[in-house]
Amino acid sequence: MGGMELEKGMKLIDENGRRIDGRRPDELRPIKIEAGVLKRAEGSAYVEWGNNKVLAAVYGPREAHPRHNQKAERAIVQCRYNMAPFSVTDRKRPGPDRRSNEISKVIAEAFSNVIFLEQFPRTAVGVYIEVLQADAGTRCAGITAGSVALADAGIPMKDLVVAVASGKVGGVVCLDLNKEEDNFGEADVPMGVAPRTGDLVLLQMDGHLTAAEFDQAMKYSMNAANQIYELQRDALRRRYAVSLEDLKVEMQREAPPPAEEEPKYDVYYDAQPGVQE
Amino acid sequence: MSELVSELLRSSIKKELAAGRRADGRALDEPRPLRIQKGLVKTAEGSARVWLGDTDVLVGVKAGLGEPYPDTPNSGVLTTSAELNQMASPTFEAGPPSAEAIEIARVVDRGIRESKAVDMGKLCIVPGEKVWVLFIDIHVLDYHGNLFDAASYAAMAALTSAVLPGGKLGIDDKPLPLDHTPVSVTAAKIGSTILVDPALDEEAIADARLTVTTDENGDIRAMQKGLNGSFKFDEVQKAIATSQRVGKAIREIILK
Repeated sequence: MGGMELEKGMKLIDENGRRIDGRRPDELRPIKIEAGVLKRAEGSAYVEWGNNKVLAAVYGPREAHPRHNQKAERAIVQCRYNMAPFSVTDRKRPGPDRRSNEISKVIAEAFSNVIFLEQFPRTAVGVYIEVLQADAGTRCAGITAGSVALADAGIPMKDLVVAVASGKVGGVVCLDLNKEEDNFGEADVPMGVAPRTGDLVLLQMDGHLTAAEFDQAMKYSMNAANQIYELQRDALRRRYAVSLEDLKVEMQREAPPPAEEEPKYDVYYDAQPGVQE
Repeated sequence: MSELVSELLRSSIKKELAAGRRADGRALDEPRPLRIQKGLVKTAEGSARVWLGDTDVLVGVKAGLGEPYPDTPNSGVLTTSAELNQMASPTFEAGPPSAEAIEIARVVDRGIRESKAVDMGKLCIVPGEKVWVLFIDIHVLDYHGNLFDAASYAAMAALTSAVLPGGKLGIDDKPLPLDHTPVSVTAAKIGSTILVDPALDEEAIADARLTVTTDENGDIRAMQKGLNGSFKFDEVQKAIATSQRVGKAIREIILK
């Protein structure tokens, strides 16, 4: 963990058991999810999670580059987790570093578990996660946004991935650490889960926990994952919801115009067999 | 970064342009609608997200303390960089900034630097020792053509929202000292037609590109001609006049 010295008089957990932002140990920060926020990308999502602001975009399946990365029997997942230079207090040098490379790798592996990769041999699914504003928990926010973007892109998956972290601050196991708690806390356990089956597809830990504390942390995270899962599904429902009014307009638009004269057959071409339109 | 355009689309755009019509119904000297959201990123000292049509660019300004360059001991430091994120287009590739990204950052930088938009003298704290160092980071989120203008508007809008964090010096926060508002207007030449603010398909088939940055007096502060085609002198004069006229309305939106 951060190992930074706590300022004198600053308490991570107060006498009422509340955290510095007023949350109870098992409480999430406010989360907002929106699907389909970018035009060019095939799928996209925006997540605000406490003070984190994260954007995810998905392209593919498309031809995998470089070619030697192609897999003959399945698609590969290419992930780039990136922090904008202005997303942190002290400007971050642009471009990948060791931390972001590692995070990109474990996120790609988490998504590889849920995507039906075998349906798209030799291709790549690109998941691009941009952290616009960071406040601890960006990889979890990124994964949560990324899986909504994958669904928005219509990539077949057996489940969405939800990610959330729990840890230990001021001797107390807590859900979803914020920046100060992450800096001064004793442990952090980010995890990613496919909620339908409970399969853990991402798990990292740093710090110091007893086995019992780890159990408690995972219990908090599993519980929270179900709440976040609902928010993900709700974002997708909002994106694709069609009102009765929309449907009526759509049907009117699609109705063929009344024929004014006999159709001239010579202007119609059927697709030739074997030729794709 | 090369966009593919089918021959069919290319010829139809050209045919329509010959009759003075653009695919999205705009007049030749009409930019796409501009929308600006300032202050989105709280970790930045200034930020702005700009939508120019569907092109979506986020700029963050970071201000820190550092040493001045030896040849300008009484002035702050300004650095502009751009990233064409893979998120923004299927044609953007991973890796260090491409020549395109560097060109965009440098043209935006020139407009701001040469117009003296920021009062660099006021960024000096101790001459030769301590000055404010500004980083303008251009983050492209959705690419639908004309990144030069979208990035330039986002950078300028982010600067207008920027605050120098006095906390680092034990003084009050103060707004970034700004004197001018440069505005770039980019024209694209397709065949013999010249149009402003090229959308994605227009940009992809353009023969030449010309960015003209003017200030509130209509004076020219930066120019950049791009691509393999060429302009006649009178076409450049026209592009300058258009930049002055179109830039006026855009400046009002940036300063709002």
